[in-house]
Amino acid sequence: MRAVRARVPVVLLIPAFIGLAFLVLPMVGLVIRAPWSTLVDQLATAEVGEALRLSLICATSATAICLVLGVPLAWMLARTELPGRRVARAFVTVPLVLPPVVGGVALLLVFGRRGVLGQYLDAWFGISLPFTTAGVVVAEAFVAMPFLVIAVEGALRGADPRFEEAAATLGASRWTAFRRVTLPTVAPGIAAGSVLCWARALGEFGATITFAGNYPGTTQTMPLAVYLALEQDPDSATVLSLVLLAVSIVILVSLRDRWIGTRA
Amino acid sequence: MKKLAALLVAPILLAGCGSSEQPPAAPSGAGQPVTGEVTVFAAASLTETFTQLGKDFEAANPGAKVKFNFGGSSALAQQINQGAPADVFASASPANMKQVAETGTVTFVKNKLQIAVGKGNPHKMASLADVLKPEIKLALCAEQVPCGAAAKKAFEVAKLTPKPVTLEQDVKATLTKVKLGEVDAALVYETDVSAAAKDVDGVDFPEAAQAVNDYPIVTLPKARNASGGKAFMDFILSDKGRQVLTKAGFDTP
Repeated sequence: MRAVRARVPVVLLIPAFIGLAFLVLPMVGLVIRAPWSTLVDQLATAEVGEALRLSLICATSATAICLVLGVPLAWMLARTELPGRRVARAFVTVPLVLPPVVGGVALLLVFGRRGVLGQYLDAWFGISLPFTTAGVVVAEAFVAMPFLVIAVEGALRGADPRFEEAAATLGASRWTAFRRVTLPTVAPGIAAGSVLCWARALGEFGATITFAGNYPGTTQTMPLAVYLALEQDPDSATVLSLVLLAVSIVILVSLRDRWIGTRA
Repeated sequence: MKKLAALLVAPILLAGCGSSEQPPAAPSGAGQPVTGEVTVFAAASLTETFTQLGKDFEAANPGAKVKFNFGGSSALAQQINQGAPADVFASASPANMKQVAETGTVTFVKNKLQIAVGKGNPHKMASLADVLKPEIKLALCAEQVPCGAAAKKAFEVAKLTPKPVTLEQDVKATLTKVKLGEVDAALVYETDVSAAAKDVDGVDFPEAAQAVNDYPIVTLPKARNASGGKAFMDFILSDKGRQVLTKAGFDTP
């Protein structure tokens, strides 16, 4: 807490509250319209548990992949002078602007059974990603990775490179400097990026249904279950949405407190 | 040419009288030309035929513009119930139609399932049982959508339990998986197979006869352009409409 609390200008406060209401109201709508009387019955169905479990597993795996590949990528973008770095940075943001369904089609064209790479995966190793849980993870990682890369790159740019240089002058190898100096410095950025990445992966719909298909237990994640439930039984779609909302809020809030901390 | 013009104009004239729900038998009364935008929500399996018929309808009614929303019938029914601005709804199953309208519906075509396979039928499929072979990847429509309900019925009739790799959200998405070669077989409508004849082949199977889908059409009670909607619906039910639909492989009721 700062000792002196500045007066908040109304000019900022009014749009801020409108913005907040805009984001919160749809969730309030879900809560108001939820069929509370049948909620327990709806939740007890096997499909809900299955879809929720699958969603959590896939989003977490996708985040792990994004961390392993995304942190080095962010480092490369922020700290190296490799040619084509600007172009690479532009490409990293492509999945952000690409409609996820298009992303799913693109993934099919590359990793599908007849895809550019997929045909060799299939012929040489017998691996076929579409319609598998691994396919869901791939689709989610594709869509969610930019969130992590951009957050980590931002953190790296904000961090002072002189610490790494100092470590280097003291005889640390570049790898040691990265591990012992760079990573701890940008840890909050990595944590924030992972949380964003995980949340995006959890809500992923378009790329998943296009690339991985929809089958209960293997590829039907919560967003897919919600979509199909909406076509037949809007009540159960509301329940599923509430569950997804509740689980994600609980996880995000608890992680936020633990990892990112409230720096006040 | 004159005959054709008369055929095209007849439903427009009829639209003027408006009150009858069944396709009228004889032209009567003086109508006004159809104007404005007609919004049509139609089952995904009607994409090609309705797009064509929409163009024909616009050609016959220079003041009219037809806008389509194609998708799974269940999704469309849901959208209409949530207040989407539709004038006409053409569903691939009576069940989805019932969610939207009880009266005023007319069955205009029937459609039958086929097994869609890759060009040249590489896995030599000949019966419904063949799609259950372990090496065959099968795509079906989700049970919520009419093609999925029909597929379920066909498998029940055949006393078989399918093991699909995916349950797609509409018939076109299901067919796309065959087109892309991601699956070896899919149960879709005969008409979808014909529409994609350059990429896929169709295999008939006897159980399909017991899982035929009726397609009802209706001018919605809440239509914003009720006269335009009625005119379009009459156009679909006209000889010209039937001609286009049967040519695409639909059966008339």
